Amino acid sequence: MATKKDVDDRFKKFGTVSFTAISKTNDFIDYLEQGKVMGTRCGACGKSFFPPRSNCYRCLDNPMEWFEVSGNGTLVTYSRLQFAPIGFEADLPYAIALLDYGDYKVFGRISSEIPEEELSIGMPMRTRVNELPNGQLNYVFEKSDS
Amino acid sequence: MPKVAIVGVGQSAFVRSYPGSIREMVFDGFQEALTDAGMSAADIGASVVCSAPEYDKQRSPSGVFAEYLGLNPQPTVYVETLCSSGSTGVRLAYSLVASGLHDAVAVLGFQKMSEISSAETQERMGRGGDIQWESPFGTMMPAYYAMFARAHMDAFGTTPEDLAEIRVKASTYGQLNEKAVYRKAVTADMFADPEHRMAGTVASPLRVGDCCANADGSSCIIVASEEKADALARKPIWILGTGAASASVNLAGRDLFSGLSVAREAARQAYQMAGIGPDDVDVAEVHDCFTIAEMMAYEDLGFAEPGSGKDLIRGKETYKEGRIPVNVDGGLLSKGHPIGATGGSQIRTIVMQLRGEAGEIQVQHPSIGLVHNIGGVGLYGNVTILGR
Repeated sequence: MATKKDVDDRFKKFGTVSFTAISKTNDFIDYLEQGKVMGTRCGACGKSFFPPRSNCYRCLDNPMEWFEVSGNGTLVTYSRLQFAPIGFEADLPYAIALLDYGDYKVFGRISSEIPEEELSIGMPMRTRVNELPNGQLNYVFEKSDS
Repeated sequence: MPKVAIVGVGQSAFVRSYPGSIREMVFDGFQEALTDAGMSAADIGASVVCSAPEYDKQRSPSGVFAEYLGLNPQPTVYVETLCSSGSTGVRLAYSLVASGLHDAVAVLGFQKMSEISSAETQERMGRGGDIQWESPFGTMMPAYYAMFARAHMDAFGTTPEDLAEIRVKASTYGQLNEKAVYRKAVTADMFADPEHRMAGTVASPLRVGDCCANADGSSCIIVASEEKADALARKPIWILGTGAASASVNLAGRDLFSGLSVAREAARQAYQMAGIGPDDVDVAEVHDCFTIAEMMAYEDLGFAEPGSGKDLIRGKETYKEGRIPVNVDGGLLSKGHPIGATGGSQIRTIVMQLRGEAGEIQVQHPSIGLVHNIGGVGLYGNVTILGR
């Protein structure tokens, strides 16, 4: 008797609500579970990608390697939301932001522990994996120690 | 390149909830444009339909409209670039006419946003961003534009009061526009009063008053060849330049946060094609989905140096009597923003200005007008330059 084929839908675990289930970058989720936020780098030209992608548009279909987003980025800009789209109401208020790591940038949320008054453009921040109350995984930006 | 004209313009009233179906709503704009042009449906060689499809229950609306408007058996096609769909349609019509394939094309823009709730709208609008990597964080359009507002304020000292003044200007003219959804006055005092609805934060630093309203509506622009235009009674308005660009959907792929790279690139192309510069523009319509979007447009289009946009609004230079009048029809902020209809509505305003038919909002003797229409958060950008 034929068994039902397993579907690799790991990506549905990303964020408060994921709109994607299947991606060739599904290993991103395994890394999140290990506490790592990972991007990809083209094995041929060395270009770094965040968010990670499975194809390099410069080299066309070259093997991609994973690298860890580590160290400090600088806060490019941010906004704190008082209204949310459907499915995100329980998270309010929350802030979305962009960090610049030089070779690449990372879009995400700011840790809910940081009050808006303590944010300023240009401040160093780091990226950390975060488990949401509903069991989903995302990552947040927190103040850098240095 | 052969000359291409706009020979007819039309728009339904932009309203909170249109009392009819989408084909009936599209008929309103089409009827006005066709009457304006002095043409009949048989004169139209093809139609281009523009909207953002996630609001539509009807799949593939272009075929439905073609039949309802008497445009069978002529070909019809659907185009989509989010909020800039309407001007993308006009650019496509330009190429269909310039190529000689058709001598008259009707560009039909529409959106009936009231079929879904405001929260659902925000969710759909948010999905105009990167659904794999950004939407799971709970993004929405006001928050994306708020990130640009924050960066602009940090880089240039632009203030929330400057942004409020853009809304005040919009309402000055929205009150005069009988087709606008928001016809009330908005004052700086409202933004200064923390208890006032306009001052409530949506996504910092943007407030309710910084955001345009959803609306239902349709627009229609009839694009024609020189030969066809010359045979009509009305004097044509010419498409002098068209520019279009795209950028990374994920903000992580962008380098500019105090302006929109697509607007700068589309403007460069359009100015070059028209053989003019920003100083030659007499009247402009810009995509003010949020107040910060108009501020960035001043700079992206070259009406002010980067960082000096605030001086234009502080000096009232973008009012009707100013150096470069912008959005003197109330803009998206007062007219409302029925996604697919917006680009056509902006073009209609400029055509009426260039004809000298703009009534109370008429700018003195304009000969060149510009339309800036943006899709997503600077994901798509179109700049169209029109002349008498």
